[in-house]
Amino acid sequence: MTALALGAIRSDAWFETLFSGVALGAKYALVALGFVVVFKATGVINFAQASFVVVGGYLCFNAANTWGWNFYLALLFAMVGGALLGLILEFLILRRMAGEAPFTLIMVTIGILFVIDNIVTAIWGPDYHDLADPWGLKTWQWGDVDIAQADVWTIGITGVVLVAFFLMFKFSTLGLAMRASALDQEAALAQGIAPKRVYQVAWACAGVVGAVAGAMLASGTGSLRPDMGLIALIAFPAMILGGLESPGGAVLGGLIIGLVQQFTALLAPEYLAWIGGGFDRVSPYFVMVLILLVRPTGLFGQKEVRRV
Amino acid sequence: MAVSSLLPSARRHPGGRPHHKLDLDGTRDLKLLKGPWAKGFAVALAVAYFVIPGSLEETTLRTLCYCGLYAIGAIGLNLLTGFTGQISLGHAAFFGGGAYCAAYFGDKHGWPFPAYVLAAIVVGLAVGGAIGPFAARLRGNYLAVVTIGLLFVAYHLFMNWDSVTGGGNGVGVANADISVGPLDFRDLELGGLKYTFVQGMFWLIWAFVAITALLAKNIVRSRPGRAMQAIRDRDLSAEIIGVKPTRYKVAAFAVAGACASVAGVFYALMQNHVSPHEFGGQVGLFLSITFVAMIIMGGVGTIFGSILGALLVEYGTRFINQRGADAPILGIPVDQGWLTVGELNRILFGLLIIFFLVLEPRGLAALWMRIRIWFQSWPFSY
Repeated sequence: MTALALGAIRSDAWFETLFSGVALGAKYALVALGFVVVFKATGVINFAQASFVVVGGYLCFNAANTWGWNFYLALLFAMVGGALLGLILEFLILRRMAGEAPFTLIMVTIGILFVIDNIVTAIWGPDYHDLADPWGLKTWQWGDVDIAQADVWTIGITGVVLVAFFLMFKFSTLGLAMRASALDQEAALAQGIAPKRVYQVAWACAGVVGAVAGAMLASGTGSLRPDMGLIALIAFPAMILGGLESPGGAVLGGLIIGLVQQFTALLAPEYLAWIGGGFDRVSPYFVMVLILLVRPTGLFGQKEVRRV
Repeated sequence: MAVSSLLPSARRHPGGRPHHKLDLDGTRDLKLLKGPWAKGFAVALAVAYFVIPGSLEETTLRTLCYCGLYAIGAIGLNLLTGFTGQISLGHAAFFGGGAYCAAYFGDKHGWPFPAYVLAAIVVGLAVGGAIGPFAARLRGNYLAVVTIGLLFVAYHLFMNWDSVTGGGNGVGVANADISVGPLDFRDLELGGLKYTFVQGMFWLIWAFVAITALLAKNIVRSRPGRAMQAIRDRDLSAEIIGVKPTRYKVAAFAVAGACASVAGVFYALMQNHVSPHEFGGQVGLFLSITFVAMIIMGGVGTIFGSILGALLVEYGTRFINQRGADAPILGIPVDQGWLTVGELNRILFGLLIIFFLVLEPRGLAALWMRIRIWFQSWPFSY
């Protein structure tokens, strides 16, 4: 019975799904990484990460489509814009909120999300746009398997950003300062590390990563739209799954969620018809809940030491 | 001798009588209405309750009905977030569950009003109680994200459980009975006078607000309420002095779920139709955030504040939606400028959340308290 049913799905569909799952996972990983950077440095779950994604996407669009810049230059412009936005938010609001309860911090960033998202809609309008990326809908043929070029580039660019990120974290003085201050803020302070500086860098990084994610989401078959930030809702499970404090966990979580989502989209109509249509939209949350039940702080999260 | 001089009864020292507001044994904290101010205010509210439906126009009354039903949900959320310290961004799921109870039991099966309200309460308690164990295991940020997951699961259920929810098209609630005893609130007749649907609903909904507020206030000022606040302030310490955090967290989620569920019933009755797109996914998240915003603006950790917050948010939103288009911003009427009314509304909403959290984290209730204390201690306001 199973063997018969398995035959219903072509083998090249498996490869294509695997590939698109990794590409989707890379986008989630980028968004989740933005969450983790800010959380690790400042203890804030930044719901406004979604607005970095939207603003980044639209800045890239504005440069590439409206001003006709080279796409990669436009991407760079969006990254700078994202970093600036992160710095501004840190300066204006989040600096005042250091050390508040999680509830307060979450709600402040949600407030920011509302303001920025609607300003973006006011500026660029509610319509969908196609980003002038060099890949469009082009595919590469490999035997029977079709691979979208945009997916390949997404994986590539995400990989570069992630590696750059890890190198900075691991080897630069700034990265060392960030790690130290995440580990023990008071001890870091005693060593002469300015927490303000660390916060600024973290928010700027989150802006950059979010902008890249925005541009990647809008490229290929995707389009630019005001509700693009909703991807953050699915990047949440990715981040939680990996553990809030772990950048590596964010990447792994992103890949897991991307694969789970694409494979449920492929397999659920065939094998889980009783569960209803559109199950792939919910599956990330089921995976997250399952993992959280076993490990309450995610796969690589730090176990919290609780003191009275 | 030395100890007894600290007690309030020790009044024989010349000139050393403690201030009449000083309360050393906590009896004042246990009172429902503290002092003449609160009593006068309660009387004023009761008078307003009977006068308002006859004196306001239909649209305003309808808005106040929505404010009332959101207030019921907000009171529950305040018990959960403000008093027990648990974050929930999944309140819309409970709210939707209640709405579907009204549709399924009230409209489809023709149950009487008290029966399907009871069913909604049971469903709310059950779903809230089912989330509870997660709350016991997860903390702060992790819990927030898991409750968002609840929204997506609920959306999936609402969309696909066709026999109950009617799938993506939703179901009607127009035939549900709304009568308590001899009073039919759909077309109310009292002493020969006929009242409209909205007038009847105003009385019904705000009666439920009063009942919910009273119940919540009673929970808060008794033993369970003190246990909840101990858990909010530091759950490990609470555990050490003998409070069982798991039990109270689960119970708080269950009660909050039941309140939101009742609010959902009234929402369905006001709307006459229930559709999954109002509670699930991103719209659901927006609704849940609206609930949280209500308690932030009204006052986290106060029952009265939940009602104030619901009034401010819901009334404000509807007011801007109706009148916002004419109001000029920087000299340009909104609809001809670069903002639509909806965008203006959401931007203000976001700004207000930030404003309250940064400048007045305890909300409108704290403002009110500050005014009261200023008058009480006048002329020595320091």
